[in-house]
Amino acid sequence: MRPAPGVALRLPRRLAAAAVLLSLSACDGRPWNDPHAAEREGQRVFYSLFSSRTRNLDPVRTYNRDEATLIDNIYEPPLEYHYLKRPYELQPLTLERMPEVVYYDEAGAVLPATAPAPAYSVYTLTLKRGIRYQPHPAFAVDAAGEPLYRFADARQSRRYKTLDDFAQSGTRELRAEDYVYQIKRMADPELQLPIWDIVSGYIVGLTELREAIVAQRAAGSGWLNLQTLPLEGVQVLDPYTFTIRLRGKYPQFKYWLAFHFFAPIPMEVDRFYAQPGLRDRNISLAFYPVGTGAFMMTRHQPTREIVLERNPNYHEDYYPRAGEPGDAEAGLLTDAGKPLPFLDKVVFSMEKEPIPAWTKFMQGYYDVSGVNRESFDQAVKVNVDGIGLSDEMIARGIVLFRTIDAATYYLGFNMTDEVVGGDSERARKLRRAIAIAYDESEQISIFLNGRGEVAMSPVPPGIFGYRPGRAGLNPYVFDWRAGAVQRKPLEEARRLLAEAGYPRGRDARSGRPLVLNMDMTSGSSGDSARQVWLIKQFEKIDIQLNIRATDYNRFQEKMEKGAAQLFFWGWFADYPDAENFLFLLYGPNGRAGSGGAGVNSANYSSARYDALFDRVKTMEDTPERMALIEQMLAIFHRDLPWASAYHPQAFVLNNGWVKNFKPHGVSQATLKYLDVDLAARARSQREWNRPVWWPLALLGLALLVVTVPGYRAYRARQRRSVVGEEGSC
Amino acid sequence: MLTYIARRLLYALPILFGVNVLTFALFFLVNTPEQMAQVQLGGKFTSPEAVANWKAERGYDRPLFINRDAAGLGVLTDTIFFEKSVRLFVFDFGKSDEGRNIGAEIRERMWPSLAIQVPTLIVGIAVNISFALVVVLFRASLFELAAMVLCIALFSISTVFYIIGSQFFFGKLWHLVPVSGYLEGLGAVRFLLLPIIIGVVAGIGASTRLYRSIFLEEIHRDYVRTARSKGVSELQVLFRHLLPNAMIPILTGVVVVIPSLFMGSLLMESFFGIPGLGSYTLDAIQAQDFAIVRSMVFLGSVLYIAGLLLTDISYTWVDPRVRLS
Repeated sequence: MRPAPGVALRLPRRLAAAAVLLSLSACDGRPWNDPHAAEREGQRVFYSLFSSRTRNLDPVRTYNRDEATLIDNIYEPPLEYHYLKRPYELQPLTLERMPEVVYYDEAGAVLPATAPAPAYSVYTLTLKRGIRYQPHPAFAVDAAGEPLYRFADARQSRRYKTLDDFAQSGTRELRAEDYVYQIKRMADPELQLPIWDIVSGYIVGLTELREAIVAQRAAGSGWLNLQTLPLEGVQVLDPYTFTIRLRGKYPQFKYWLAFHFFAPIPMEVDRFYAQPGLRDRNISLAFYPVGTGAFMMTRHQPTREIVLERNPNYHEDYYPRAGEPGDAEAGLLTDAGKPLPFLDKVVFSMEKEPIPAWTKFMQGYYDVSGVNRESFDQAVKVNVDGIGLSDEMIARGIVLFRTIDAATYYLGFNMTDEVVGGDSERARKLRRAIAIAYDESEQISIFLNGRGEVAMSPVPPGIFGYRPGRAGLNPYVFDWRAGAVQRKPLEEARRLLAEAGYPRGRDARSGRPLVLNMDMTSGSSGDSARQVWLIKQFEKIDIQLNIRATDYNRFQEKMEKGAAQLFFWGWFADYPDAENFLFLLYGPNGRAGSGGAGVNSANYSSARYDALFDRVKTMEDTPERMALIEQMLAIFHRDLPWASAYHPQAFVLNNGWVKNFKPHGVSQATLKYLDVDLAARARSQREWNRPVWWPLALLGLALLVVTVPGYRAYRARQRRSVVGEEGSC
Repeated sequence: MLTYIARRLLYALPILFGVNVLTFALFFLVNTPEQMAQVQLGGKFTSPEAVANWKAERGYDRPLFINRDAAGLGVLTDTIFFEKSVRLFVFDFGKSDEGRNIGAEIRERMWPSLAIQVPTLIVGIAVNISFALVVVLFRASLFELAAMVLCIALFSISTVFYIIGSQFFFGKLWHLVPVSGYLEGLGAVRFLLLPIIIGVVAGIGASTRLYRSIFLEEIHRDYVRTARSKGVSELQVLFRHLLPNAMIPILTGVVVVIPSLFMGSLLMESFFGIPGLGSYTLDAIQAQDFAIVRSMVFLGSVLYIAGLLLTDISYTWVDPRVRLS
């Protein structure tokens, strides 16, 4: 069968076009290896990357940092963190002013702000006027003001494959009811709010709303307009004002108000995405966010590229005029008072493999990069002065930012285990002996390239409750000598071990060696050098360590059953408050038997600690609170449910043309402050990526060297074979 | 022939059913729906209620094979197996564990996969056959010896080495192509060049040796001698007489892989950041999204069976003596 003439012509034409395009790409001044689309050149674009596909961008559902990096720049909760100030400070974002909080007793009488245990707290939030949503088809209306895109069934919506297929869009002003709608969405069991157990315990009426939603869904199918269901604890006072009523006192609630869980979702958007057939084509809030923020998502290809573009309807917002000491000198206040955002676009490209990602950063195609194991030696040099940039990085104008994350990783004991757990003095001595033997500084130095700080408590630096130096020292494991923290000598550990009933690592009663089991997921135990190192830490005091590598699911199962003995765990802060770390040791939060909800993975339980926590969690940051936290940490030091811990240090590299970058340990909504020097970037990219042609020329020459003699040999053979055959006949 | 095709398609049904049962049993015996929920929800506060909701939303709260609480056909149809596996027979892939439409993703991602695989296959066949014929042309010479040593070296080297090495030299050191990435439309050409070249080069060793042995078997046949005796040049003998007669064994290897081209290349797509079905499968395995993995295993089986059927049919095209019945 012959192909149709059109088809036959089309293919060579396309091939020719591709060849022309390829050759033109060398003529337009852009480097050949530039991975970015040509049309973006000249625009104020910031190039970044992501390493794992997005799962769900619904603000009621997302609970990881990578996705927050995207949606926190699109959605606007009522509050935000100040970009420059440290310690972290909240400020109004869509609010006129910070929320007003009034406390009430059971009878409804107003209580003073200092009341320790009010029955209710009522937050009043007043919105700024004139904030508008990004353009979106959900807001498109016809002449009669009715929604333009309404589909009775999936057939009607079939022609809309992506959000771009909707030609018309609209916008409207942000209203208080939008925040209320989102809070109601939190009660929808289908949306699976990750912090449901927390908010449902505080927001009045949320549990009842969930029951009502379940009942409504059971009664009928189709989209459920949450506006029709009441929520007792959340009321709209006027189009710009609403109140949230909480049970008791919960000062940390203000931090949740800076979280995307509390971002506004208009009813129109929920209705639009709920239309028949759209979700089947991934047209949903989980895929296409709709917000009032500085950026809007214009491309979402979770396996390739995500593009945020400047929201043309973004409200008045200005770069901060003040920061912390040193910010002005660092050039971070050069743009003070200028309108935000500075960038036109932010392009996130998928990079699963670290080596190509690093190469592209070094070629100038990514503006920002982390430092991982593969790139550490090239990026950083370690000498007697500490850690600094390598000469190559300095020559390229690359800037290194180092910041201690608001996070804590730890080696935990299962406190329900009969050997290492429990409240007995014997077990406590055993835990102390292990804590002394386990050298966290060495672990950080060898396996993290020095990117971390030994933790004395769950509370990381920068958060109220953290005590540096001697004041924060764990006296059971460390000494303060010559103005520095020193781990106690191993003799002390051996003595404690003997007192615990294991002289020289053997059970005094049975004579059997003490064997402890450490459960790890396969990924983390894959590094055999680390396993050997871990075993040696315990060998120092004659304890045999058995490492049980398992997959993630089995590991979770063991933790859930309380069957692990020693394990590694970590916690990233939701908000910069000590409560968010101290609750990792709160008895009722025990992990075993919690079905995965418990954050106290060590299953630690101390009546005194719990009582103090109950007081501390509702207090403002006062000296009295600090004193109580110190008491809690003293209990933690004495009982040692964690053998060791560290706070990770993040290394971020920026190319020299990135402006206004300052790492923020909590907020991801920082893209609006960034800017790039386009000319400097284009210049560096050209300079760093000049094509090297000689290898191709050499290859061509090599082919020629093989082909010409080959052809000659063939010709000679053709002639010779005839003669030969004749001769042989 | 239609009867033959119909019969082969009917044979395929129990095979696919077996693959389905096996895949289903493997995934659900290794990981319970509760564990899948834990992985997918993955957050800090994964409560039992959240797990229950996750299971209910995805239909994992039903019995595995038999629903004794249901009435009538519901005993069999209102089960996880029917909902998640039997529907695959009508290519209803459903939603991934993270809630996205798998069918829509497959339709979108098969194009980048094809953009690498089709040129790699076509150019690869052309290069391999030509190279094998040239080797046959210079048989029993030092050139043949050198070519065979080169072939053994080429297929002894891991594909990962080709990928990382070429990324280093062509992308990082010589700045001739992007190290990785992908653009739509004609912009993709720059990103596809290197993966295609690697695909072709990595395949030269094994294929050339195979084709060479096929050609050497044919080279002493009567029709070759006849062609030579007519004064046909050696090149024409090889390309116009020998090649068409050696097509059946070549087709066996080539046609069977044509449908599988849709499935993409796990390694190539992952290293070069190409958003095809290969990287889709790999991502799903890493994320333990078994709805996707199940769908891709099923699709792979269907395409493999289709490839075998196509191979049989292609015999009749290249050799009129072959009749399917």
